[in-house]
Amino acid sequence: MQNGTTEAAQSASQAPVISASNLDLTFQTNDGPVHALKGVSLDIEAGDFVSFIGPSGCGKTTFLRVMADLEQPTGGSISVNGVSPAAARQARAYGYVFQAAGLYPWRSIGRNISLPLEIMGYSKAEQQERVERVLDLVELAGFERKFPWQLSGGMQQRASIARALAFDADILLMDEPFGALDEIVRDHLNEQLLKLWARTEKTIAFVTHSIPEAVYLSTKIVVMSPRPGRITDVIESTLPKDRPLDIRDSPEFLEIAHRVRDGLRAGHADE
Amino acid sequence: MRQAFVPVLTVVVAIFAIWYVAAIFLNSAWAYDKAKRADVTLSTSQLISDTWSQDKPKLPAPHQVGREIWKTTVEKKITSKRSLIYHSWITLSATLLGFAMGTVFGTLLAVGIVYNRTMDMSVMPWVITSQTIPILAVAPMIIVVLNAVGISGLLPKAMISMYLSFFPVVVGMVKGLRSPDLMQLDQMRTWNASSAQTFWRLRLPSSMPYFFTSLKIAMAASLVGAIVGELPTGAVAGLGARLLAGSYYGQTIQIWSALIMAAALAASLVAIIGVVQRVMLRRMGMS
Repeated sequence: MQNGTTEAAQSASQAPVISASNLDLTFQTNDGPVHALKGVSLDIEAGDFVSFIGPSGCGKTTFLRVMADLEQPTGGSISVNGVSPAAARQARAYGYVFQAAGLYPWRSIGRNISLPLEIMGYSKAEQQERVERVLDLVELAGFERKFPWQLSGGMQQRASIARALAFDADILLMDEPFGALDEIVRDHLNEQLLKLWARTEKTIAFVTHSIPEAVYLSTKIVVMSPRPGRITDVIESTLPKDRPLDIRDSPEFLEIAHRVRDGLRAGHADE
Repeated sequence: MRQAFVPVLTVVVAIFAIWYVAAIFLNSAWAYDKAKRADVTLSTSQLISDTWSQDKPKLPAPHQVGREIWKTTVEKKITSKRSLIYHSWITLSATLLGFAMGTVFGTLLAVGIVYNRTMDMSVMPWVITSQTIPILAVAPMIIVVLNAVGISGLLPKAMISMYLSFFPVVVGMVKGLRSPDLMQLDQMRTWNASSAQTFWRLRLPSSMPYFFTSLKIAMAASLVGAIVGELPTGAVAGLGARLLAGSYYGQTIQIWSALIMAAALAASLVAIIGVVQRVMLRRMGMS
């Protein structure tokens, strides 16, 4: 009963999970100031899958790092779950997946995944239960006792996603997690990631270099351009939530991809 | 293993050959001198056999050193003051104590340097300066000062060992504790990990390859320190004392056997660390 009312209330006036307005970030370097972000405003709603795409130096990773409280903005404001990024980080509101899996070679896959749980003080029994659950989620059940060097690159990256999921953060920040993997493994992981997103209903912010990857995965595609790093276009995807791999040959998909490409080209043109 | 056997054997044979030849040349003057006084002329074979069997040769032949080592290890009781094992043990105990102290002290300094900005800026120059002072000059002062406050025996020697062995540990551990990359440290930050959690779970395990390499150097330095520490103590016991006594009385065979013993000791200690390193790093997946 209560469940029903809260849900209704949520959908009626739900605040965005991540809300940035007029965000600036300037790095002071020896060659003068570098404007990594300038006037960036964006709202990410609960359950969104948002991709950030753009050439190197457009600030997409910097933006993600600001959300994660790994960089401090020099202007504007940003809130994560309604609080500051620092407070969100301390509340362990997000899981962050880096470009490299970053698994510790001296820990088994299971112990790698329980690492954040240990740090956050979960009980031994709960650690075990959660490790098994997330390994299942990324289809790595049975690999708990293996060591990272015994796994392929794609499996290692899946383990690192499992690690980011282990502590039930509602937000998943992913910085080119599949950038170092080959095309086929990438396709497979993209498909799995979509299933995982559908099952867990997380809010995902995803940085990528690849147009097909961005279009395939996202509900919202944010096109960025460099010098200064800024948002040039935000594209709402019209693709259905259920996406088989061959949707990439559909005219709808190609049209969105085209629009992304145009946005990227426009960003480059004013150089 | 088998591949290494032939080259290693070749080098060993070459060393022995050079050693024997050098012994002939270095000891021949004394052999000629003796022959001249006895008024005989030496044939080549007589000359060679004399140079390889003198009591106090300039350079003792390998078999003379070998026999001396055999006599003073296997044939002497360990408790005897003339047993090389007894003297080795004296030196070894100081070496190990100094090594342990140096490792602990060096690691603590490294942790301080990595975690404290003030220490980072101030301590390292002093650490480096400490190693530019010749240990031979400092050793007697340490012994005398510690004796004056009533500390004698093992500890002063161990202090000198520590003085030499903490240095490679500091340098190696500072590098090792800083070896996690920015991404791994950022990752810890996203989990809101405390400094202590980052240290025990990330920095310390990451530093292990550096740690073991440092330990090998520290162990060798420790042994040198212990021997140097024995030189100014009035030469009572230990390999250093054997070296000093040998040089007082021109007992070159004794000097060489003590030297070889020290080298063998150092080699075995470093080898033991090497084995622990291999096993440990393999288990940690870092080899």
